[in-house]
Formats: sequence, C-alpha cells, structure tokens
Amino acid sequence: MAQAYRLNDLKTKPAAAATQNACKLCSPLGAALVFKGIAGAVPLLHGSQGCSTYIRRYLISHFKEPMDIACTNFGEQTAIFGGGANMKLALDNILTQYTPEMVGVATTCLAETIGDDVPMFIREYRKGHPSDELPPIVNVSTPSYQGTHMQGFHNAVLATVTGLAQSVSPDSEPMSCINLFPGMVSPEDLRHLKTIVEDFGLKTMMLPDYSQTLDGELWSAYQRIPSGGTPVEAIAAAGSSRASVELGRVLAAGAETAATYLEEHFNVTAHRLGLPMGIRQTDRLMQVLETISGVEMPVKYAQERGRLLDALVDGHKYVNGRRAVVYGEADLVAGVVDFLSEIGIMPVVCATGDRGGQLAAILKETLDPKHHARVSVLAGVDFVDIEEAVRQAKPDLIIGHSKGYSLARKLDIPLVRIGFPIHDRVGGSRVQHLGYQGAQALFDRIANTLLEKRQAASDVGYTYL
Amino acid sequence: MSTIPILKERRKQIYRKGEAPFEMSCDKHSLAGSVSQRACVFCGSRVVLYPIADALHLIHGPIGCAAYTWDIRGALSSGPQLHRLSFSTDLQEKEVIFGGEPKLYQALTELIDTYQPKAAFVYSTCIVGIIGDDVEAVCKKVGREKDIPVLAVHSEGFKGTKKDGYKAACDAMFQLVGTGATEDIAPASINILGEFNIGGEAWMIKKYYEQMGVQVVSVMTGDGRVDEIRRSHRAALNVVQCSGAMTFLAEMMKAKYGIPYIRVSYFGIEDMAKALYDVADHFSENPQIKARAQALVREEVNAIYPRLQEIREDLAGKKAAIYVGGAFKAFSLIRALRFFGMQVVLAGSQTGNSEDYETLRDMCDQGTVILDDANPLELSKYIIEKKADLFIGGVKERPIAYKLGIGFCDHNHERKIPLAGFKGMLHFAREIHTSVTSPVWQFVPFRQKEVR
Repeated sequence: MAQAYRLNDLKTKPAAAATQNACKLCSPLGAALVFKGIAGAVPLLHGSQGCSTYIRRYLISHFKEPMDIACTNFGEQTAIFGGGANMKLALDNILTQYTPEMVGVATTCLAETIGDDVPMFIREYRKGHPSDELPPIVNVSTPSYQGTHMQGFHNAVLATVTGLAQSVSPDSEPMSCINLFPGMVSPEDLRHLKTIVEDFGLKTMMLPDYSQTLDGELWSAYQRIPSGGTPVEAIAAAGSSRASVELGRVLAAGAETAATYLEEHFNVTAHRLGLPMGIRQTDRLMQVLETISGVEMPVKYAQERGRLLDALVDGHKYVNGRRAVVYGEADLVAGVVDFLSEIGIMPVVCATGDRGGQLAAILKETLDPKHHARVSVLAGVDFVDIEEAVRQAKPDLIIGHSKGYSLARKLDIPLVRIGFPIHDRVGGSRVQHLGYQGAQALFDRIANTLLEKRQAASDVGYTYL
Repeated sequence: MSTIPILKERRKQIYRKGEAPFEMSCDKHSLAGSVSQRACVFCGSRVVLYPIADALHLIHGPIGCAAYTWDIRGALSSGPQLHRLSFSTDLQEKEVIFGGEPKLYQALTELIDTYQPKAAFVYSTCIVGIIGDDVEAVCKKVGREKDIPVLAVHSEGFKGTKKDGYKAACDAMFQLVGTGATEDIAPASINILGEFNIGGEAWMIKKYYEQMGVQVVSVMTGDGRVDEIRRSHRAALNVVQCSGAMTFLAEMMKAKYGIPYIRVSYFGIEDMAKALYDVADHFSENPQIKARAQALVREEVNAIYPRLQEIREDLAGKKAAIYVGGAFKAFSLIRALRFFGMQVVLAGSQTGNSEDYETLRDMCDQGTVILDDANPLELSKYIIEKKADLFIGGVKERPIAYKLGIGFCDHNHERKIPLAGFKGMLHFAREIHTSVTSPVWQFVPFRQKEVR
C-alpha cells in the first residue's frame, strides 16, 4: 500500500517486500548509456548475456538506434572460477571487431556477487599488451542491487573522468573550454545545451554526449561505432577546463561527482546547478555562463526568454491552479516542479523510484510553504504506489515517462510524456525539456493537453479557446 | 568503408550455401565480446511462461530482470491480465549479504494475498544461485500455506543459453500437468504447445481446430490458464510449434502420459494448412475432421488470395534477410516469402540446432548466408553484401535495417499484430508491403549509393 507523505511530515516509505511495476531500472543501464555517449567507445557489461541484451532492447525501444553493448557472457564455469578469462576474451574480440577508442566496462550484480576484481583484470590485460596498442579501458562498479540506473549513470561519468583526466601542466594556456555534466537528458536537450554554451564563446567537454551517437543521421557508409560522442582526449583534458557545470539539484546535494572530483584534484571550479527547467533555473545557468565566459547572454536567448514569458502570460489561465502528478528520476522531478511552480500548477504528487536523496528537502525549498501540506513526496516507490497516490490525488494531468501509461489510461487522466523511456511514441530523442526553449515546448504540451481534455469533455465543442 | 571482420571463433557458425558443406557449430554459449542478439536462461523461461495470465510471475533478484520484461510481449489474455504486471523481490545489498529468503517469502505471501492467483512461478535470476537461497523450500512452504502451486523456475541467467531457460520453464509447468480434473475431454483432443497468442494468434488457431471438430484442451501458453495446464495430460495429441521452446514439455508428457506429439508451424499458407491436415490425419478414424479441415482451408485461402496476389506483384524479386529466435520459424518464413516471389539471402537463428541448420541449408538458394547466434556486425555485413530489401527480425535487429535503409518486419514476440494463421498471412503480407513500398527509401543515402 502506498503512503503519501506530506512535505510537512517527511518520512521514507517502509520497505514493502515486492516491487511491482518498477519506476526504476538497474544501474548497468545508466552506465551503458554514458559509454554510448563517448566517441568511439564500446560498452562492455561484465555479467550474463541477458544483461546486455535486455538493456539494448530497452534502450532501442526509446532511441530507435543501433545499440551495440558487448557482454563478457558468464557461463556456469565463469561463475565458479571468476570472470577473468571471459573479460580477456571479450576485450580481445571487441578490439578486433570494433577497433574502439575506449572500452567502458560496467559490472553487473552477478560479477559483483562473486567478487570479481575487475580493475585487476584490466591491469593484467594491459600487462599483456604494449600500451600503444590499447585504447583506454574505464571501469565502473554497477551492481544492480545498489541504487538505480541514475546511480549507474553518475558513477560511470565519475569513473570515466577519474580514469581519463590527466594532470595539467601549470603553464598551459587558460582554456576556453568548460566541462558540462548534463545528467540523463534527451539528445535534443544535449544539442541545445551545447549550442547555448558555444554561444557564450566557450567550448564544451560535455559528458556524456549521445546527441549524435543515439540520435544520428541515416548512414551513407556502415559505421561500426556510430559517429559523435565526447572525444576521449577532451575528457583527458577536463582538468584544464575553465570550470565545470553540473546539472541536477539532487545530484548536487549528494556525494562525490565528476565535477567535485575535478575541483578537488585539478582545481576546476564546480558549478552545481539544477536542470535548467523553467525560467529561474535557466536564468541561473545563463548567469553562471556569463560569469565563466565574461560574455553577456546573447540576445537570441533574451528573445527566447521574452517569447516564453509572453506565451506564459497568454496561456496562464489554462494552467494556473491545475494539479499534476510528476514521477521519474529525482532530478527530473525536481526540474519539472521548478517549472510547474512558475506557472501555478500544483505538483500534488512527486514520486521517484530511487531513494530520492534530498528530493523532499529540495522541493520544500522550491514550493511556497503555504502549499507544503498539499504536496506528497514519494521516494523508493513503484507504479502500484504511484497509482494509489494518483487515485487519491485526482490530478488534472500526469507528467512522466511512458511506463505510467497504463495507470493514466486506467484512471482516464492525460499523460504528458517526458524523460526516459518513451516506448509508445515516436520522437523520444527529440523531446525538449531544457532551457527557455524546453520550457516553451513543455508549456505548450501541458497547456494543450489540458485544453484538449476540456474540449473533448465539452458537449458544445467550441472551435475557439 | 572498412571491411567488417568476422571473429575467428565464429567462423564455424556462418555458412554460405555453395561452399563446401561443414557441420555448423551451434547450441553453444555465446562468445564473450561478440554482441550476441540472444538473451539468457531467464529470458527463455520468461518468454515461455509469460502468457499464463492467471498465475503470479515473481522474479527473484535485483530489479533489472523484472523491469526489462514488464508488459514486454503482445501475448493477449481473454480474461485476467496478471501476466502484464511486473513483480520483483528487488534484492538490495543487505539481502545479497544475508540472503533473500525472508524477502522472497514475504513478497510471495503479500502478492498471493493481493492478487489471488491460481499458481505462482518464482524465477531465479543470476545471483540467487550464488547467494544460496533455497528457493524451492520457500516455494513449498508458501504453496502449503496458500494452497496453490508455487513453482520454482531455475532460470539463473548464466546457467546455459536461452534454450536451457525453455527447459527450466517446461520443468516448472510439468509439475502442474496431471494435477487437474479431466472430465469432458473428447477422444479427438489436442494441446497446442509453443503458441503464445501474440496479437490473438492462438484464438485464431484454436478456432480452426474447433471448427474441424477437434477439442483444444489447453494452449500452452497463449491466453494460458493454470487449470487448463493441470488437465492437459488427458489430451490425445500434443501439437508443438516453435521447435525450441516447448518440445521439452512434449517429450516429458510423452514419456509420462504416453501422449504423442507432432511439430507444426502456423506461419504461411502452406505450413498453416499442413498444421491442420497433420492433426486431421492423426484423428483419421473420423474422416469428417479431414473433410472439415479441407473445407476450412479452402474457404480461408479463398478469402485472402486475391489481395495476396496483388501484394505479390509489388514484392516479387525483392530480397529478404531473416534473423529470428527459433530456426523453425525461419523455415516457415522462407516458404512464405517464396510465395511472394521473394528471395531469401540471409537466414539465421539464435537457437537453431545442427539438424535445423541442415534443413536450412537444403532449403536455401545458392549464395544464401546461414548464421547461428549472429551479432550486429555480421548481420550488417551480409545484408549490405546481399543488398537485402527487407529484414525480418525483432526489436534489436530493426535499427540495423533502418540505418542502412532496409525495410523491416517485426516477427518477434513484442509485435502486436497476429501474423500466424491464414488471416495472419495477409497481415504479414501487408506488414512487408507497407515497409518495402514506402517512398522514404528513395532518400536513403546508403541505398542511393548502391543504385549509382
């Protein structure tokens, strides 16, 4: 049974024995996604064949792109004697077939449970090969009994940076490059973020960058590894960047990240921001970029912001006072709530499948105290819990990924699809969430969803608003 | 474009018709580092049992295995929808260290109380074997307490291939067989095995047999019900589709209950008709059954034939690649595609055995590439080389085809459109036709280059 916790009365959900219709995925998925966003990289999962195949299938249904993720393919012998030999064979075969620029190894629950020492396997593999013949091999520990796909994602970003970032010579030129750690956002968002940063006259080392590898053009020639992605040498140079910008308020409230690592070891200032969703959070990103670059926000963005405000005023009556349920990764939920609070939509239920970290505390900051008693925050929940909360809350709309469709259908409440996965619509890669543009796109979809609902429910069927 | 290399260890799993024949290597664990399109033992069990709609399917392990198989297939139920939900013990680090049995017990108990299923299947995932949970004991205990069959499925992902998962599922189901009431079972009666009711296929096929005067005691597992499986041991004949998945159960039922089985396929006009005639022949003491089958085939074929002919005009001469789970499906597809005048230039499967590959070799045209347990690079290499116009496969093959500008037909369990049976043949034709005749291909750079 779900229990809704009011912001005024924070508790965590008691651990029910079974998870039903999970609102989370396993950590190797997040790691594989990060490695898919690195130029010339091949992800390698250290575990059973099913791990890579299921994850590939799940990602393909969203991104609709080739998704080669290799596997060390444990057998019974491997589980008894350890996965060292399989790791070696897998690396040999990947190097032969793909000639990669990097191999990203992520463990699975099986490899972790039998206690495989993956860093040692990699060291031994290196010993057997002259160093100029081998690409970098990054490894990240991602047992699926710890955390969710988001932990896997952030851990892989951190492992890649700690594995590749090299010490910087003190007399090198001050770089015009910044490190950008966007979190798990859509390829369209990644492209937009890159454009924004470049418009401030800065170069970007954005990690990961699957904007092209997982949302690419048709091929004119066969590509063993799809082109695009963060260049390995750019990651290696991350320690000499002018600053790091990391997105995600929950992430910022948590443990070590790639940005804090670079700050600690390379003295690269870490700017830890929220996902730029809505006006204030995008303003913050723009201000930080102004500070870093010394360049004023380009007129283009002032105009985008102006058009957004104009649209919000034009449409404010269709949304103000409406009630929404929001679910997904904690950082995305926080971002959506940032925006909803700016247009008067009450996020009556905010749910996430992961532990949530500081989500509740962050939402408490975002939302006006007088509304705290009307907002429930659910962390560590599944879709059965969320459904129960939706039933009680009777919201006007639901905002989240495709896996909420069955409950939205059952309860006849419209669903605005955002985030990952979007398995039942085309264009999951092209959904915009970030920047003024993203807020504009989101606003139009939310307002139109509410209008459509009202129009469909009307006996009259007016053709004007 | 650089040549796509073939791994040394994989060479015996690739054969090109016309070359000196050798016994293809197959039925073995996938090669580490080769991006196999196969899944694991768990996947094999999950696909077989998935459509049993009034059973609880609890996946014992960390969350991934359950999350990735939630509502994954187009297997329809005419009643309960319990199979479309996803249940996991969602093991955390604590359970990995101290054992997952208490959580499994609690989860099973709670879920059975909530959903009142007719039986429960508990799937072991990779780490369950390693941490040493006695799943069997927990299942027995809960079964006694709740008075329903609670069956352990030994599907640890690494303990073999997808085929071993089929076997584990059959082992679990076999414990149900023979435990139900058997009144009202006619002499001319069958069980349909290996038919999963994707998009309602089992309903169509069941109706064909019933029209012939043959009673269908159970469908395993399409639109499946626990009580039907329990009484399936009194059917006169097992009719088994999909060579890999359920032959194990048919063998066990033959050994214990003396039920003979035949292998059939419901894809394509020829194979569908044969599946009806073979059953009719088995019940030849009643010649009416055969007569009704012939009338049925005539009527059904007449209904679809004119439209199929129209479609054939557009498809004739096109080249197709087939990569599917079981080789038996590939045989049917080759015959069905030949009906349209199409040429099969690549045929492969995830789980074929050496006999299957011999059959494929005999069926295929010169130059056709035959693949066992292929990877995306191999599939790409040969569809490029063979200039395929159409790829028939599953979700994982689709983006390979599309990136290269090749049409695609999803023939896997996730599809929502029935492709079996006579009407299914028409759907199949439309599916292929819709893809191959799309005007978008004219803009595709890869194909344009070929034409120049």
